[in-house]
Amino acid sequence: MFEMFINCVFLQNMALSLFLGMCTFLAVSKKVDTAVSLGIAVIVVQFITVPVNNLVLQYVLSEGALEWLSPGLASLNLEFLAFITFIGVIAAIVQILEMALDRFFPPLYYSLGIFLPLITVNCAIMGGSLFMQERSYNFRESLQYGFFSGLGWAVAITLLAGVRDKMAYSNVPKGLRGIGIVFITAGLIAMAFTCFSGITI
Amino acid sequence: MGNESIFKTLMVAVGVSAVCAVLVSVTAKSLESTQIENQKLDKKRNILVAAGVIDSRGYLLQKEDAAKTLADIKEEFARLIPQVIDLETGRVVEGMEPEEIEKIDPKKQVKSEADRIKLSQTTDISGIKFKPKQAVVYVLNDGAGKPLRYIFPIFGKGLWSTMYGYIALESDLNTVSNITFYDHGETPGLGGEISNPKWQAKWADKRIFDTSGKPVLKVFKGHVPESDPAAAYEVDGISGATLTGNGVSNTVRFWLGENGFGPYLKALRD
Amino acid sequence: MSEKLSATFTDPLVKTNPVALQVLGICSALAVTTSMSTTVTMCIAVTFVTVGSNIGISLIRKIIPSSIRMIIEMAIIASLVIVVDQILRAYAPGISKSLSVFVGLIITNCIVMGRTEAFAIKNGVLASALDGLGNGLGYSIVLLCVGFIRELFGVGTLFGYTVFKSVNDGGWYPGNGLLVLAPGAFFLIGFFIWILRTVRPELQEKE
Repeated sequence: MFEMFINCVFLQNMALSLFLGMCTFLAVSKKVDTAVSLGIAVIVVQFITVPVNNLVLQYVLSEGALEWLSPGLASLNLEFLAFITFIGVIAAIVQILEMALDRFFPPLYYSLGIFLPLITVNCAIMGGSLFMQERSYNFRESLQYGFFSGLGWAVAITLLAGVRDKMAYSNVPKGLRGIGIVFITAGLIAMAFTCFSGITI
Repeated sequence: MGNESIFKTLMVAVGVSAVCAVLVSVTAKSLESTQIENQKLDKKRNILVAAGVIDSRGYLLQKEDAAKTLADIKEEFARLIPQVIDLETGRVVEGMEPEEIEKIDPKKQVKSEADRIKLSQTTDISGIKFKPKQAVVYVLNDGAGKPLRYIFPIFGKGLWSTMYGYIALESDLNTVSNITFYDHGETPGLGGEISNPKWQAKWADKRIFDTSGKPVLKVFKGHVPESDPAAAYEVDGISGATLTGNGVSNTVRFWLGENGFGPYLKALRD
Repeated sequence: MSEKLSATFTDPLVKTNPVALQVLGICSALAVTTSMSTTVTMCIAVTFVTVGSNIGISLIRKIIPSSIRMIIEMAIIASLVIVVDQILRAYAPGISKSLSVFVGLIITNCIVMGRTEAFAIKNGVLASALDGLGNGLGYSIVLLCVGFIRELFGVGTLFGYTVFKSVNDGGWYPGNGLLVLAPGAFFLIGFFIWILRTVRPELQEKE
């Protein structure tokens, strides 16, 4: 479990070394508090969707998973449907989460709610499920992976937002202002993160 | 806009789903056989490259003047004799059908409870947690039916990913003739260079076992100095990929050591 | 009309470039550009999907109920991506392996979704197709530049063929590992945007 933590947060950070969820990563990192809220939203959604997709993959899509329905289905392999199933599951879960928050935890809904629709098309979420499939995690591993990869993403966006906050006073060359300098900053943070590579537990 | 009625919404949803479903299923099913065929061919090609029968582009290496002919993979592959090894005892399992042998795949075996053996923490030097119960070793014979090379399947953890490959030994069962990696997720350009034939060529003629019979071959960090007394046991490292190199060293040592093909090698030597 | 059509096609190439100016579809732009062969494959795949989904949505734009608009767009995009993925697996297994999850991530590529939502839903089939093609190519231009620099200066090869003989092979070129790793990708896109906005100051952001 500790190994998974180190791996997902420091070594193969979703945002900084796998470039997932970049659009939101760059766009919503202007202020630290919004970045933190978005980070939390990603952790929550990731923690739910990756294990759910894992179950769907294990018991519906993978080769022979539908054998219990009828023995004739033993050789059926539906893994080619993984993409569309995953995105469907993610969209549905985000929608349900949004409605549940609105109904039961209104304050939380007002602080996180606006980010939830953004998350459906966030490639970090989809990427989490796809990596789960590619690395053939079991259910327990997928729980850990979902949580820690979300955490890694949240750490990265908080860091970037912190740096951008401080940068408000710097005199950036005109052509680089705005998104250009954000890329360079993210590059520098990613560079710092490469120092972690090679840690083994 | 009359688009918002429930009936129409349902109709559009069903219609789009139907079109998409047909499109996706037709492509997937019609391409399935090509995909499987390609996978099999790819595996055979890799084994042949490791065996030194063809080079990485598929040209025949051994036949005189034939170095320019692309090999017929299936025909060349038929020259190799597969041997199924029981990895618990090191004995050869006799009497398996070719179709059964073709199905043995370490990636699938380590996922299935029935086909794998758990490794203890001390023996598991390459970080794979489970080893398959059976593995297929390919033997390349010369014209007179004497073994020329042995090709062993290997896999182990690199920096990011599990690396799958083959290592071929000469008939003295100590000298490496070739190594290949056919699947890995290491950084392209750095660790990913393990699949570069130029780097793989550096493995030729290296020794695996020291005088006491322990596998000691390793990937060196940097260029192996010529004065190094252990140079025969060291392969030049890839710059910027020390950790992938360590993973390769551990993988080779594990599989040719006593928990891998060690007992089988011992039986062969005797 | 034809002038407007050609603008639909040419604008996304530079003026409204989806990657450099609208900052869309960055994930894959950074992740797959370590070598030219993966870059080119990705460019073709994304262009195919943008054109295909734009045409598809534009064809049925008059009958889509707005309540299920997004999910319909998603379904069409996802199906096209599965088709692309299956074709790659069958005919280019090696490249499909090295692209790993990033083919699947075309589904969440904001360019594709963004174009169907912003353009195809309210424009005709021909215009939508051109818009998709333009945006796909605009994305490709940036990716190809980044991929070219990363592979050539990072490893010394192009499409896997040696251009600068690297030290690993006994040549003279010491590969620049940083370019191949994640930070190099960020820097390159940053510089690309910088150059573009210095050459065409009207594109600079006002704060």
